Amino acid sequence: MPAREGTYGLLAEFDTPGDLVRAARQAHQDGWRRMDCYTPYPVEEAAEAIGFHRNKVPLLTLIGGLLGGAAMFALQTWISVLAYPINVAGRPTYSWPAFIVPAYEWTILWAGLSAAFGMLALNGLPALYHPLFNAPNFRDGATTDKFFLCLEALDPKFDLAEAKAYLQQFHPNSVVEVEY
Amino acid sequence: MATREVKPNDPAIDPATGEFRVIAPGQTFRSITEKIVRIVLTPHTPMGWFGLFTVAGGGAVMLLVALTWLFLKGVGIWGITQPVAWGFAIINFVWWIGIGHAGTLISAILLLFKQGWRNSISRFAEAMTIFAVACAGLFPLVHMGRPWLGYWLFPLPFTMTVWPQFRSPLMWDVFAVSTYATISVVFWYIGMVPDLATMRDRAQSKIAQYFYGMLSVGWRGSIRHWMRYETASLLLAGLATPLVLSVHTVISFDFAVAVLPGWHTTIFPPYFVAGAIYSGFAMVLTLAIPLRKFYHLEQLVTERHIDNCGKVMLATGFIVAYGYAMEAFMAWYSANHWEAFTFWNRAFGPMGWSYWVLITCNLAIPLTTLWSRKLRTNIAFMFFISIVVNTGMWFERFVIVVTSLTRDFLPSSWGTYRATKWDYMTFVGTLAFFTFLFLLFVRLLPMMPMNEIRMLLPGAKIKPKVAEAAD
Repeated sequence: MPAREGTYGLLAEFDTPGDLVRAARQAHQDGWRRMDCYTPYPVEEAAEAIGFHRNKVPLLTLIGGLLGGAAMFALQTWISVLAYPINVAGRPTYSWPAFIVPAYEWTILWAGLSAAFGMLALNGLPALYHPLFNAPNFRDGATTDKFFLCLEALDPKFDLAEAKAYLQQFHPNSVVEVEY
Repeated sequence: MATREVKPNDPAIDPATGEFRVIAPGQTFRSITEKIVRIVLTPHTPMGWFGLFTVAGGGAVMLLVALTWLFLKGVGIWGITQPVAWGFAIINFVWWIGIGHAGTLISAILLLFKQGWRNSISRFAEAMTIFAVACAGLFPLVHMGRPWLGYWLFPLPFTMTVWPQFRSPLMWDVFAVSTYATISVVFWYIGMVPDLATMRDRAQSKIAQYFYGMLSVGWRGSIRHWMRYETASLLLAGLATPLVLSVHTVISFDFAVAVLPGWHTTIFPPYFVAGAIYSGFAMVLTLAIPLRKFYHLEQLVTERHIDNCGKVMLATGFIVAYGYAMEAFMAWYSANHWEAFTFWNRAFGPMGWSYWVLITCNLAIPLTTLWSRKLRTNIAFMFFISIVVNTGMWFERFVIVVTSLTRDFLPSSWGTYRATKWDYMTFVGTLAFFTFLFLLFVRLLPMMPMNEIRMLLPGAKIKPKVAEAAD
């Protein structure tokens, strides 16, 4: 990420998820797009409010699972038929029903790893630094009991004074300017 | 019966449902967070913790001694011989893996069923799974005779160009157990990331901030992150569910695919899985009851949890009872001479005592008493039952592995089995090692999922503005 200077955004703090969702919904209706909510537990209504409906984690999981299963099945077939054929009581070398069990396990393994690490990657994590950690009230609240709405400076509608006044109409506990 | 036992105006009962509350009333987001975080971020480690840690650490050292001697001398120091070539190592392997299953059941299957009560016990149940699988995984590795060649289990390109034989259930086991261990660790860690972020933000000391900061990978609770996180959690739960059912099924194939009477039966997969969950829930209680008492977590792990664990044990206990009944029935109905003899030998042979210990511990005591809600919510009694069931399930593995092997088709090759002190040291050593890891977990990591408990609180409900003003 290129080094930036100036304001990252404005952070409004709320006490209840209901207040946050109302503010976020209104802001989204008023045309704000570069914004995000920060909550101590998943609040689905807030995601709906800012227009975030679907994500790509299921697709990644499906791809990972299919590749994992196919890779294991192919490996077993190659080993048992070509690389090291063994005659076990006259059974065919390509005894595919026996190969299903490891292939099944690898489908789950790679689907699970894709879900977990795909989720982190799509979230841009690990990212140990983020401008929001500079806000004085963010770290005490966002992972404990406060609900935040952040209007980001990258939004074309963003103007520091106007956005501050705009956020005040939702009666937040505070509105803080966040620096990069 | 349940309604008659409920006292009116009992604060522990939710008046709307008549059930015990999942979380005691009067908790807020902050009070829950403080309660769980303080256990870890305190400069004062309780003396009781140190005491137990010393004992468990000593036991883990004993395990180390037993394994070192094993590596020096070979598996001959154990009681295994012909015809009982699978002794304590396989018994303990199956028993430990089974214990792990309850953790996955609680964290994955109950999540899919939207059982909110699971939230406060899911984290340490998952930790229990991981440590149980670690103890279990030790046994197949050390019982190989030449454990330094353990990597031969994996399909790796060696210079000898020898490859594994994939038609064997023992090979399937490698993939089932390694997948289970990996997915359990990933599920546990991903579930912990938001809580580690809470720990990072609540930590006062620099070291703790760095430690939890690195572990929490910069989690900041963005709603977009949360939605992907929720999707990933649901998918992991959906994947862990067929996985957990497959793991003990594959382990039962190790037995069921063999031709030995007493092993060669189709009832094994469901019966192994049910037994695994039965013993796993018993272990959850064995851990949860002292833990809630010691750390004063009665408001988060309520009587509802103990009661529900009792109900799950009752249900799975009956599936296990059905398995025992089917074994007896098939011994007669198959008209197979060897099957019938094996069953008779199990119950009345020279090792018949172990069968009756198992019947007493798994069926006679729990399945007669767990019906009563009064007993299910009696904490001391449930602790006792949890120990009884764990003992019973260990003996079930003993009966399956040992009594079937001692007397098979040919009377001339019959034998007996006697475990040596090294067997006992290894087994008790893994119990201590498990406790050791669990104590470290309780001291260093958030033992309850704070973010999931927050969702259970009344403050998490989003109400319209009008209703909020009326409150």
